[in-house]
This record gives sequence, structure tokens and C-alpha cells, in this order.
Amino acid sequence: MTPQTILDIQDLTVEFRQGRRTAPFRAVDSVSLTIAAGETVGLVGESGSGKSTIGRAVLGLNPVRSGRIHFEGADITSARPGVRRELSARLQVVFQDPYSSLNPARTIGRTLAEPLLVHRKIGAAETAERVTEMLARVGMPADTANRYPGQFSGGQRQRIAIARALMLSPRLVICDEPVSALDLSIQAQVMNLLADLQSELSLSYLFIAHDLPVVRHLSHRIVVLYRGQVMESGPADDVYADPVHPYTQALLAAVPEPDPRVQRARRADKEAAGATVLSTQPPAATGCAFAHRCPHAIDICHSLRPELLPVPGGEASGGGRTAACHRAADLHPLTVPAHSGITGEEVPCSGNE
Amino acid sequence: MSTAAKRPGLLARVVRRPSGAAAIGWLVLLTAATAGASFTAPRGPLEQDLGHVLAGPSGGHLLGTDNLGRDLLSRLLFGGRSTLLAVAESLLVYLVIGTVLGLASGYLGGWVDWLVTRTADLMFALPGIIIVLVVLSVFPGNLHAAMITFGVLGSPGLIRILRSQTLGIREELYVAAAKVAGLTRSQILRRHVLPRMTSMVIVQAALFSAIVVTIQAGLGFLGLGAQPPDPSWGGLVADASQNIDRDPWMLVPAGIPLVITVIALGLLGDAIRDAAIEGWSVSKMAAPPGRTVPAPRSAEDAVAPVEGSIEPDARALLSVRNLSVEIGGIPVVQGVSFDVMAGETLGVVGESGCGKSVTALGVLGLVPGGGRVAGGQVVFDGVDLAGSPAELARVRGSGIAYVSQEPMVALDPTFPVGRQLAEAVRRHSRADRRTTRAAAHRRVIELLTMVNIPDPEAVAGRYPHQLSGGMAQRVAIALALAGDPKLLIADEPTTALDVTVQAEILTLLRGLQAETGMAVLIVTHDWGVVADLCHRSVVMYAGQVVEQADVESMFTLPLHPYTAGLLAANPHLAGGGEPLPTIPGTVPAPRDWPQGCRFAARCSRVTDACAAAPVALTRPVPDRLTRCVHSQQLLVEGTPR
Repeated sequence: MTPQTILDIQDLTVEFRQGRRTAPFRAVDSVSLTIAAGETVGLVGESGSGKSTIGRAVLGLNPVRSGRIHFEGADITSARPGVRRELSARLQVVFQDPYSSLNPARTIGRTLAEPLLVHRKIGAAETAERVTEMLARVGMPADTANRYPGQFSGGQRQRIAIARALMLSPRLVICDEPVSALDLSIQAQVMNLLADLQSELSLSYLFIAHDLPVVRHLSHRIVVLYRGQVMESGPADDVYADPVHPYTQALLAAVPEPDPRVQRARRADKEAAGATVLSTQPPAATGCAFAHRCPHAIDICHSLRPELLPVPGGEASGGGRTAACHRAADLHPLTVPAHSGITGEEVPCSGNE
Repeated sequence: MSTAAKRPGLLARVVRRPSGAAAIGWLVLLTAATAGASFTAPRGPLEQDLGHVLAGPSGGHLLGTDNLGRDLLSRLLFGGRSTLLAVAESLLVYLVIGTVLGLASGYLGGWVDWLVTRTADLMFALPGIIIVLVVLSVFPGNLHAAMITFGVLGSPGLIRILRSQTLGIREELYVAAAKVAGLTRSQILRRHVLPRMTSMVIVQAALFSAIVVTIQAGLGFLGLGAQPPDPSWGGLVADASQNIDRDPWMLVPAGIPLVITVIALGLLGDAIRDAAIEGWSVSKMAAPPGRTVPAPRSAEDAVAPVEGSIEPDARALLSVRNLSVEIGGIPVVQGVSFDVMAGETLGVVGESGCGKSVTALGVLGLVPGGGRVAGGQVVFDGVDLAGSPAELARVRGSGIAYVSQEPMVALDPTFPVGRQLAEAVRRHSRADRRTTRAAAHRRVIELLTMVNIPDPEAVAGRYPHQLSGGMAQRVAIALALAGDPKLLIADEPTTALDVTVQAEILTLLRGLQAETGMAVLIVTHDWGVVADLCHRSVVMYAGQVVEQADVESMFTLPLHPYTAGLLAANPHLAGGGEPLPTIPGTVPAPRDWPQGCRFAARCSRVTDACAAAPVALTRPVPDRLTRCVHSQQLLVEGTPR
């Protein structure tokens, strides 16, 4: 399907120890995903879903319990420091917090020059030229290089962090909630910058965020995570317009529509459908991770973990859709009319692709 | 900003401070004079002038003489050599051991950390001076051995401090970014970890040097350092104390240099630390050189006349008029007016730095950061609260309640939530001050049930950290409801929560409002929350209200370019694949507010008229306010969405 796979994650599991007595906490549970050249894959989930952990595991910042991570064909699951060093020219990161991701005691110029010093032995003049060029590309004035992070706002710092990630012309950039800490108008500026840079430099992004509309806007494909497991994946607009998994549906229904009339209609729908399931009991150790909150849960959901399978009828919408739900087959046809009534007007662009 | 590039070096910045200059001056003078004592001293250290024994200062002996007629100034200068050498030796050992082991222990962790911290703990338990005395008994009179030992014994203090600093810095994202950039461990330590600790190390080194000076003098006093007749500072004090009844003056030249040196080291440490941080700290940014903070403008020219009723609205539950708030003498909110009707929900929308939270807190008289309400009226239920602490105290909690963004901060971590709720219930049940425990508990359970907490009895017994973020916010809302408020001020109540939890909290707020009839003033940056919850909305920009309207009209036809831009920038409404409409630039800081329209620099419709003078709030259509010169134009050509 895809021309060239940049990142291939297979059955990734990450666990964190939490004391001697208790069992380790499984932050990521057998997650598989691939990213093609020039593609953006959006990783969505709420706090504790393991989305950032996946990004950090790819970067070698978290230990991997089991599973394989291939980057440009090479296995980097537990790459040695030397390999990581070499890898860092092609695999980069932009973090969420623009305040802690830049060293306050170093000038922007020195921070940006750092990747060059590691990888290319070039002179000071050429380094300064590259820094200025990259700053211009992310829309920052040239005198930025001599100043300290404390003199910039959050949005400007995030541009600088993006510039640092791009200094070595990487193939893949892990974007870990890059716009979550930013104001609405600044968020739009940074999202446009990321999109422009992608088309100019043919970058791939693993775009991690909790905000579904933001992820949909930038991503080609979306992977929905819940408690470390993939609930659903597929083309961004399809998943957004017609979610299959009850969790994705709940996530979408929870985002308030920024239009009073549409939101009122949605509220009326929701009230007619009855109260939402409030999470009182902990999730079952076996079975579906979402079963305890799912309005459609039946016995099998509590006892057997559903596999991630292609969605029946998903081929019609372009294919590549999967969902981990026992009831995908019998629920999905039912949910189509109910949702199209609301989402029909909010996603006018779903027919574009 | 080109001046920022040419910043003076560290030494120049230290010398620019008077204390730094004085300290450096003394230490340089002392070093030069003692190092070159053979040239600077007027006489030899052992040269006796038996004609002037125990003499005071005179032309021949500037600082007088001792009991053998030796020149005190010369003895001081020659004796200072051993002091400086002792400081250098101890300090070197202290710094090398402390820095290397402190960094290694904090950054590497594991068994290295275990070994280093245990050894350091053990060394803390050893009595330092006794160890030094033992060393001196093994190497009699060898001050070098004693001082090196003292450096080793002092290093655990530095190790401890640097270890805890490193533990914190290790988790910073820029260290993770450096790892991803391919830097080796030693490069990360050298470039990113160590520079952050420079000031800490310098301060510790200065303090330690001061201790070494006194310890060395103490050893000299005890006769364990330089052996008589060789001079040392401690030996001079010992001589002086022996002759204290015959010539008290001798104590002055013997003691004063010690005191001044110790003080100079302390001052130098402080000066270097301040100068090192000055380069990159945020306080530098707050007041850049060559840029004076403009004096707060007078209320007349800054606050545009609000067209419409200046008088508070008698029908409103809360009527705010011309509210101005200052923080640190700089106005951050100016001339804000709005009304909240009983049972109504009003949204205050804007980006960070626009003053929306400060406005909400200003209503309650709780301006953060040492700020104050500088003017205006806050009329709640017919009573003006502004500048009336007694009225505010009466109203807080029972009339107006507050819910913050961070529920965990609102709850005291040391008490079960039930007890905190019971406290609030008792505080507010004024009818019967001695509400019984049982009645209070009943009310607590009732409140927890009201906010849809499953199993309220169990939750009441839990501590805040045992609750999820959504549960904690429900408890915080229950706490706010304890006094049966007529108005609930909610400052970004769902921003820190997941979307599904946010939806539950919004539903809860709607339900509570229907049930109790209270009014809600909600501060938010999320248009979805406004659309879901609010009847009317106030948009704030750079400390002013720029638009006010009922929610439906505002979403359909925004009458201020900022509102329009903010609505359009929402990725929720944009199609995938195409660029988002953006507002260029950022919100100006309060000291950069222009005279004219504050949004002009970012606005696509800007004309000369915008920047000319402060723009007044106008009412282009009934029940709507906007602060834009082009409101009529917007009204005509605005594209209904």
C-alpha cells in the first residue's frame, strides 16, 4: 500500500516497575503501527493511554519490554549508544513543553548548533550560516541566535524547538503534543508551520496529541489508543467522520462542537440516548480495556481481549481501517446513520480525498 | 535588540556590582601583597626591633610590633601565604571530588549512586576537626596534608547538593533532546548539566573557602600549623591573646584581615552567582536594558468611555464596571465592564496574557502576584465589593464560589476530602453555628451526590491523591457548592482534564445550574466550552473587553477581528489538508500596549484610524458591544458562518 516504510513498530510492549511487590505497570500493550515516507500518523488518546511512551520508546528514551521497532529497515529496538548517535541525524523530536525543552543557560544559537557539532565537523562560520537559515525557515529573525530562551514566548520557543529538530534534515520527527501548551492563535501558526515543513522537506511525523481535531487536521492516518492498546486505526477523515470503536465514538462525542446550535443538537441527542456510563469499577484484567465504560459491552467483552481486525465494509471507504471490538460487525452498520446526522455538517472536507 | 549580542563578560558583570568589585579588590590586593611579600613587606618577618616592643602603629611600623619587636604588617603578609595556599589546596580537592562524584551519583544512579551517597553519609558522621588532628599527629606540622584532608571531609556537602540538582536536571526535556541529538553522556554532563550548577558550585566554593580560612587560622592558633617563629595568621592571634592585657591593639591587625577575607569570599560568591544568572534569567527579560517601563497611564486617557450604562445594572446579580487591576504598578486589566444575570452563564474568552483570569480573581479581590484592584465597581447583589474586605469576606464562598483549573491545588492533600467538605459546610451554615457532626456529614454526602460521585461515603474518606483528576474536580465543585452560592466563578475548570472527563464536568455544571439556579462565570480559551455552556460571552484582549454578545450571534457574526480570527484558527472548524487561518504575531505584554487599538499590530483590517487613539466600546447593534473602528463594515460584509 505504501511506497516506503520509514518506521515499523511491531507488538511493542513497554512496562514500568512500580516497587518490588506490585506487578509492573504496562504502559504500552502490543502496539503495532507503521509510518510511510512523507506520511503523518496521529496517535490519539487520553492521559495514561501510553501515547507519549510509544514516542519515547522509538527515541530510545524508554526501555522496551518486548516487540520490535524498525527504522528505515534497521532494527533499533535496543540500539547501542553509537547507533543511536548515528540515528539521531534522521530521527528527531519536538516535545510538548517549550519551556523545559530548551536549556535556559545556553543561547539559541548554541542549542541549534549542537546537533551539527555531533554529526558534521564543519567550521564556525558555516554552522552560524546553517543556524540562521534554519531560524529563517521557522519564521524567526536572525538575531534570535544570540538570545536566551527566557526572552521568547511559548510559541516562539516551539518554533525554535522545531528548528533544532530539523537541523540535520531528519526523515522522521516525533511530535509529542507539540501544540498542546500553546494558545489557539499560536497553535494554528505552529500547525501550519509543521504542515509547510512536511511538504517542503518530505518529512514523516508521528504526531502525538490528545486533541482529536488537531490530530485530524495534520494526520493522514489516526491510531486511537486506550490504556496502552490500539482501539482503532484508519485514514484520518474516515475515523473522524465515522468512528467504529465505541471508545473513538465516546472520544469524538466528548469534544464540544464550537457552534452553539450544533452543540445544542448534540446535547439533545445525548440526553435522549440516556446517561453516560460513569467509570466506577476498574477495568477487567482480561477482556477489552474499554469494556467497563462501554455502553455496548456484552459478556465476551469482559472475558476475551478483542483482536485488532480489519473493519467489515471498511474497504468501501478506502480500506486500511482496523478496530479492536467484538461488536464491530454488528454495531458499526447501526452507528452510521446515527452519526452521519451530526457529523455530516461538521466535516465538509471528508470527500476531498 | 542588537545590544543583547554584545553582553559584557562574566568578570565585567561581577566587577560592575559594588560588592563584587570590593570583594575582588580585597582578594586581589591580598594575593598580590602576600605572594610578593618579599617585596611588599617593609621588613623581614623575623626581624626584631627590640627598641619598639609591643608598640602601636607608627611611621616605622605601620601596624605596630609584637612582643619581640617584629613588624606586624610584615608578619601578616608573610603569614598570609600559608593561608592562601591552604585555601587553594582544600578548595581544589573539595571541587574535584564534590563535582565529579555529585554529577556521577545524580546522573548515573544505580550502584554508583548507592555507593557515593552511603560513603558521603558515613563521612558526615565523622568529626572533621578530630580527623584533621589525627592526620597532623601522623604528619607533624604538615599543613598540606591537613588541608587536603579537610577538602576531602568537606566534599560530601557539595556531593549532596550537586546530586539533588542533577536528579532534577536529568529529567528536563532539553536533556532528552540532547540525547536524541546524539550527544554522549559526558557531552551532556559538560554542556547541559554542569553549566546549570555553576552558580551553586561557586557559592558553595566561596563558603567553603571562608571556612578553610578560619579553620587554618584555628590550627595556627593551636600551634599546629607553621611553627614559631614562622608567621601565620592563627599564630598572630595566639601571640595577641597572650599579650592581651599588655597591648590590646595587637588583636586588631591580627583579627581584622581574617574577618575581611571571610566577608569578601561570601560577597564574591553572591556577586558571581547573580552575574552568572543575569545572562539568561527571566527577570532580565522583564526589564531589558535601555527600555524603561512606561508609567501607568492615567485612568482618563487609558480607559475609553464605555458607551452605554456606566451605572451598575440593578437587575444584574453581578455588575462589574470599569474594573482595573494592577500588578507591580503595571495595569493588566483596564476598564472591564460586564453583567451576570441570575441563573445565567457568562463566558470570558481569550488567550493567555489577556487578563481573563485576573478579571475573575479581581471580582473576588484575590489578585495574584501582589496585584491590586486599582479602580472600578464590583456590585454583587446590590453591594459594591471592590475595596471592601469585609463585604468580600462575607460574600466569598456563600455568595460567590470559585473553582480553579487545577483541582488538586484546591484540595488540601493532608486531609480526607470529607473533612474538608465538612469544614466548609460548618463555616457556611450561619443559621446554626454549631451544626452537629452528623448533620455536617449528611450535608457532605448530599453534596457529593449532587456532583454525581458514585459511592459518596467511600469517596468522603479518601485523600485527594487517591482521586482521579475528574473526581477531584467534582469534589472541588462540591466544595464550592457547600455555601449555596448564587454565583460560581470557574477558571478554566476543564482545561487540565481529558476530553471525556471534560464532557462529564460540563454536563454536571449544566445540571447543577438547572437544579440550583446559580449563575456561572466561566473563564475559558475553548470555544467548544463556550458553545456548550454559555448564554453570553465576553472576549478579552490585552486587558480589555473587545467584544460582548450572546453566544449565538458571536459565533454567527463576530464583530471584532480578534474574535473572528480566534474562531477561525480553531482546527475543529477547518478542513483537513488546508492551512489554518491564523492571526500573525502574539498578544503584547502589558508594558507594550499601544495607545490605539491593541489588536492593530495583528489585524488584517488595520487602518491609520486604528492606531491614532484608544478605541471605545461601541454598540453597533442592540445588546452587542465591540471595540473596533470597523464594526459597521464588519456588520455589513461579515460572512455569516
